Amino acid sequence: MPLTLGLLLSLSFVVSLAALAFLIWAISNRQITVDQGDAETIFRDGEQGHIDNQGTEHGDAKMRYHFDPVRAGIDAVSARPVIVLLGTATVWLVLGSIFGVMASLKLHWPDWLNQSAPLTFGRMRTLHLNLVIYGWLSLSGLATVMWITPRIFHVPLKSPRLVLVGAVLWNIAVALGGLAIASGWTDGEEWLEIPWQIDMLLAVAGACFIAPLVRTTRARDVHHIYVSGWYFLAAILWFPVLFVVANIPGLHSGVEEATVNWWFAHNVLGLWLTPLGVGTAYYLIPKIIGRPIYSYAVSLLGFWGLALFYSQVGIHHLIGGPVPTWVVTLSVVHSVMMFLPVIAVAINQHVTVAQNLWALKESVPLRFISFGALMYTMASFQGSIEALRSVNSITHFTHYTVAHAHLGAYAFVSLVMFGSAYYILPRATGRAFPWPGLLKLHFWLVVIGFGIYFFSLTIGGVLQGLSMLDATRPFSESVELMKPYLEARSVGGTLMTFGHLVFALNLLGLAFYASTRAQNTVAAE
Amino acid sequence: MNRYLPLSILALAILAFATLMLVIAPGMQINSRPAPEGLTPYSEAEQRGRETYVSLGCLYCHSQQPRSGDQAPDGERGWGRASVAADYTYDQPHQLGTMRTGPDLLNVGARLPSEGWHLTHLYQPRAIFDWSIMPAYPYLFDEKPQAGPGDVVVALPAEYAPQDGVVVATQQALDLTAYLQSLDRTYEVPADGLRDHGYGTPDGPEPTPSEEER
Repeated sequence: MPLTLGLLLSLSFVVSLAALAFLIWAISNRQITVDQGDAETIFRDGEQGHIDNQGTEHGDAKMRYHFDPVRAGIDAVSARPVIVLLGTATVWLVLGSIFGVMASLKLHWPDWLNQSAPLTFGRMRTLHLNLVIYGWLSLSGLATVMWITPRIFHVPLKSPRLVLVGAVLWNIAVALGGLAIASGWTDGEEWLEIPWQIDMLLAVAGACFIAPLVRTTRARDVHHIYVSGWYFLAAILWFPVLFVVANIPGLHSGVEEATVNWWFAHNVLGLWLTPLGVGTAYYLIPKIIGRPIYSYAVSLLGFWGLALFYSQVGIHHLIGGPVPTWVVTLSVVHSVMMFLPVIAVAINQHVTVAQNLWALKESVPLRFISFGALMYTMASFQGSIEALRSVNSITHFTHYTVAHAHLGAYAFVSLVMFGSAYYILPRATGRAFPWPGLLKLHFWLVVIGFGIYFFSLTIGGVLQGLSMLDATRPFSESVELMKPYLEARSVGGTLMTFGHLVFALNLLGLAFYASTRAQNTVAAE
Repeated sequence: MNRYLPLSILALAILAFATLMLVIAPGMQINSRPAPEGLTPYSEAEQRGRETYVSLGCLYCHSQQPRSGDQAPDGERGWGRASVAADYTYDQPHQLGTMRTGPDLLNVGARLPSEGWHLTHLYQPRAIFDWSIMPAYPYLFDEKPQAGPGDVVVALPAEYAPQDGVVVATQQALDLTAYLQSLDRTYEVPADGLRDHGYGTPDGPEPTPSEEER
């Protein structure tokens, strides 16, 4: 069936009309008005103006946390599932990073560990990606959602046991997926490598996470849904739809499959990892500082802008490729439109931090989270520019894209999750981290490591792209000029991995070494 | 925003709209194009080779989508004409790729038709290009004291050859090579072939705007 421009335009028109009608209905019913007072709903009486930093710092004098038995009761229910989710996420992080470093080394030591197929670059890289996305980021993100959602809704998490079942199933599925990839059993598309048979288990596990969250939401005891809740509630609906549609076997083929592939893969970032990271930052930044976010009304624009624009950027991965021009242009336009929601989030999060810079010295979790939030702005700006056709001609097909992906998934989401784990775990266990200095070491290892990683691949990637665009230079030149930058990337990646080992050590210290000293709020009581 | 149901309905509606625009509409447009006459489905050996290509993750370093001359000198490098959607009719899973750590492979069979070349290159890429960073795939080959009847011996420079005996290709290596040799989209395609014409129209007349452009 030939699809005409007219049909597409009328579809677009009908949808816009429907959206407009919905908006009018919503405003007239006071569904989407927010005021600055709503931004303060995350605080209990007496919390504002006090930094919330116990468990990660030296000394008891700083423990100015306002004891809150109600929230302690809520935390006590979420504690176990959250600890399990964070603990297993960390295992995947460490494994995934080791595979990442190995893949990186293989790009400049091509004959290293070459004697069997599971060790080849194509499988190591795939293991790295799948373990950090589905293992580390998804599980740590879910842990954070399980922790924050009951807190902002003022009810204990519903069906916490079901979450535990989900955690077990999800971990089994990730492990099976890793084994499948290593042995060469793959669905063969980027971000969708885990075989669909194993994906079904992931989907079942996902349902075990979603049902408790929806039940908790329906039982909420608040008038207003705080902004973090919008992001979380939307993300837990978006991701299952994306995941199931993209993984249905036999449905997609050829170039159509490629559009599905990038619709999915970019939405994993845009509609899953990003809302998890942004929603977490929206709760924890003001919560730790003890002051509400700067402009609550702007956060509405940020959320709906993200939903509308981010969902349609995926085809910028196929610029200059065998897909219809209009769909590429559509994705380029939406990529640029992303400036809007990103600036909205930036105004809220960065201004709140900038007005309270003193708090960065007081709280290591806040340091991780605000650095991560800053990297969200950077990654998004970079992504919008990278999607421009002229820029994309240089950067597409090069390591520049790899650096960009890590700016988003690592420097933004992973750092927010580190901060979130450091904030949550003392409250979930009632213990303080035994070696607060190691939290700072972790921060500097990953920040410096990432700096080396990012700048080497970014500079190298541009040179690689320019070389490939110049017909007078042989292809081999683009390979040879990349080698020093690939070596630098291995150095950066190794430092990041050391940081992750320190992170794991901190968690082990908390589990087996820490006393329950100096806690005036104990989740277990 | 205080209500869960409107929030979730609107969130899902937006995703549905994105799916319509990025997946369903282009999918209908792509599937409406017939396979080019010059394109043949993969043979059994080629399909098995393609599965090896997928399972070893060749995709992560090799794209299969030459760009148009207006955007990049892919054609001048011998990577072939700009590809169109119909060139991929028989590809499942697609292997378009997003990376060129190595060169584009959509027309590698036309560019490098020799089976022997591919076998040597797969066994040890640095036997051919000292600058190559491609992994070697020794496990696709067997070392034997001497070649049996029907064995395909891999030609190797002394530096990479075994001390004594020969290296022969396994069926997997032969299939993979068959797939690489089959990568040849040099046949003619209609000038209005479905692709991103956003950099100009190098390969023919302006496509009909009402059909393709927006």
